Amino acid sequence: MRARIKKFLDSGTLFVWFCGTAVAASLLLVGGVLLLIMVNGLGFFWPHALVDLTLTDGTHVLGELKGEEVIPYSETPAFPEGKTRVRLKVGNRDLYGLDFRWVDTDQIVSAESPKDVAAFERREWGNFYGRIREVSRGGDVVASGNQEGWKALQPLIEQANDLHEEIEHLQRDVIGDINYDIEETRLKIRELELSGQHEPQEVAELQTATKQLETQYEKHVATLRKLSRQLDEYAVILVETNGREKQLAVGQIVKALRPNDMGFVEKILRYFMNFWSVLSEEPREANTEGGIFPAIFGTVMMVLIMSVAVVPFGVLAAFYLREYARQGLIVRVIRIAVNNLAGVPSIVFGVFGLGFFVYAVGGTLDTLFYPEALPTPTFGTGGILWASFTLALLTVPVVIVSTEEGLSAVPREYREGSLALGATKFESMLRVILPCALPGILTGLILAVARATGEVAPLMLTGVVKLAPALPLDHHFPFLHFERKFMHLGFHIFDVGFQSPNVEAAKPMVYVTTLILVMVVIVLNLSAVALRNYMQKKFKASAV
Amino acid sequence: MQAAETTMASSERSQDNEHKLTVEDTDFFYGEKQALFKVALTVPTHHVTAFIGPSGCGKSTLLRCFNRLNDLVEGARVIGRICLDGKDIYDPSVDVTDLRTRVGMVFQKVNPFPKSIYQNVVYGPQLQGVRRRSVLDGIVEKSLQGAGLWEEVKDRLHHSALGLSGGQQQRLCIARALAVNPEVLLMDEPCSALDPISTAKIEELLHSLKEQLTVVIVTHNMQQAARISDLTGFFLMGELIEYAETKTIFTNPSDSRTEDYVTGRFG
Repeated sequence: MRARIKKFLDSGTLFVWFCGTAVAASLLLVGGVLLLIMVNGLGFFWPHALVDLTLTDGTHVLGELKGEEVIPYSETPAFPEGKTRVRLKVGNRDLYGLDFRWVDTDQIVSAESPKDVAAFERREWGNFYGRIREVSRGGDVVASGNQEGWKALQPLIEQANDLHEEIEHLQRDVIGDINYDIEETRLKIRELELSGQHEPQEVAELQTATKQLETQYEKHVATLRKLSRQLDEYAVILVETNGREKQLAVGQIVKALRPNDMGFVEKILRYFMNFWSVLSEEPREANTEGGIFPAIFGTVMMVLIMSVAVVPFGVLAAFYLREYARQGLIVRVIRIAVNNLAGVPSIVFGVFGLGFFVYAVGGTLDTLFYPEALPTPTFGTGGILWASFTLALLTVPVVIVSTEEGLSAVPREYREGSLALGATKFESMLRVILPCALPGILTGLILAVARATGEVAPLMLTGVVKLAPALPLDHHFPFLHFERKFMHLGFHIFDVGFQSPNVEAAKPMVYVTTLILVMVVIVLNLSAVALRNYMQKKFKASAV
Repeated sequence: MQAAETTMASSERSQDNEHKLTVEDTDFFYGEKQALFKVALTVPTHHVTAFIGPSGCGKSTLLRCFNRLNDLVEGARVIGRICLDGKDIYDPSVDVTDLRTRVGMVFQKVNPFPKSIYQNVVYGPQLQGVRRRSVLDGIVEKSLQGAGLWEEVKDRLHHSALGLSGGQQQRLCIARALAVNPEVLLMDEPCSALDPISTAKIEELLHSLKEQLTVVIVTHNMQQAARISDLTGFFLMGELIEYAETKTIFTNPSDSRTEDYVTGRFG
């Protein structure tokens, strides 16, 4: 019997099962996380049906059904499995105080989904669920009743959205440009003053320019006020399901939907529209509503800057360690140190980045090149450049290690063959060894990108903000503004999910942001993989 | 038969024999380990010289001294004199890369670069600064013809070299070495990984190659040494036991150890 057990163990069948189980468990965990994110994240865009519940006390509750749960410790002999309650998103935060409401199942008399209720997405106070009482213009009723009002409201909302777009354009592009020019002129004047040898005439010219800009500014602000007043021209009186009224300007409504009245195709269309608006719009209401475009942009741009910074550094260091340095104790110690560097907590890198890049390097740059802007720091404060550099520091061990592996995988015959043809060591490295090691280098880049995209802690110290006023890339020379603060998907998750006062309302946004962060990581990685395969093809079997 | 002809031809020429490479009482060390003991020989111009001997006897080490590829090995040391055209190649004034363009090498392990056939051949010339496309094209054609590969690859010069067969790859390596116009071609067991047909092609090639340059070949295959070489050196344990005309070595060796080896009694 013992011999048979020993034979079974030695045969390795059991070991194969262990290996398989390990793989299966890993896949299950990864799959589970992805599934959770996908289900919750992708569900966010669907126009959910509205239910109207009638309770035992005669009141109504209208909202989106978000789930059913067992009430903790509610098990009684009558209900051995415990009572249940449902969670509804009832919106109307200005009337109710809370977006969400829990209703015990046994208090519900009936539930229906009326076709004439609408969900209004507003610029403030979240969604409103209810019906329309009347639409008015300066006190005169334009349309009254739910049906009439609905018809009258649709074009008005479109108009208002156009107006909002115009206002935004005016604010951001026109007035933003004027402000930019005014600031530039101010800095020029300050620079002349600091240099001490300014011509009074020159300063006077600049001051006149400022005056002109300020007049233009006033003019545009006047237009802006006029447009804002137009937004308030039409008002609508909404009524929630129990009859409480709420009057608001049509300009406050982003869009109005009747999800119970929508067909399947219409819902799918709306789904993709919602998806696109999250991808392309700016956040609203402390990031809990609206889109996340600046965060996506900031993440991608930061990773790109980091890649540009990390690859040359890591590759050069690896070349020195592998090709030039005398292999011995010192190189071994350096190698171990580099490997350990990858295990240092990222917040430590953040602190280092803050101390070294932001205060030391940035502060010095400010006193040397931007004295006219002081005491406002230019580079002496967190910014996308410093955040990228900090991450580059964090990921450089990965690049060094995989480049070294790539280099050691280059066959000795290639080196000898190249040298035997009269190449110097440098020429051999440049023309034979580097191309052969390129896949290894790019593998390092892939790992670095994956690590850097998900990193948040060091960024919080070196330049990430909750809401950045401008993207780090725009039409003002020199187009890339490395000193600007930026938004980041990872930080966005933290901020929306854990720093917002209305956690329940922010939850879908957290899932969506997570989903998009995962998607960004995948896209960045796939492009690095594609690059590697392209290079491999190009150098391994050139011009096939 | 063929071997006999070659020997005759070489003995005819041996009167006006120039010494291309001269090795004078050379010791070689890998760190503490001595790999060559007081080796002395001369390699005549336009001849094929073969080194034979069992594994680890130092024949490859000597070959790698001729183009100073041993410099790469940490702790490698040469004591003695190795001269190319009478000039010590270990003299500090010698430019190693320059030496290596004069002394080309073909390796045991077939090693075309992972580039196109064309790029492989022009690798050496480009290092020397040849940039003109027409010149490079000429070099490619001439070198591939010299290596007997031109007819087989002329239509796919820009395909990957790794798509060729083993024998073709080795001939490409020969063409790559020929492209820099070397005076000496070192071959370190060039056929040990090849099938008999490819081997025959390369042996054939050697006959024409020695018209242009001097060939030194290390081989494990004694028939091969007998077929292709004019002179043969037998190495054992880092010592040069016997060095003479190939015919003599194989038919009438003066040392009993040589006789034992060439008749297959050991090794």
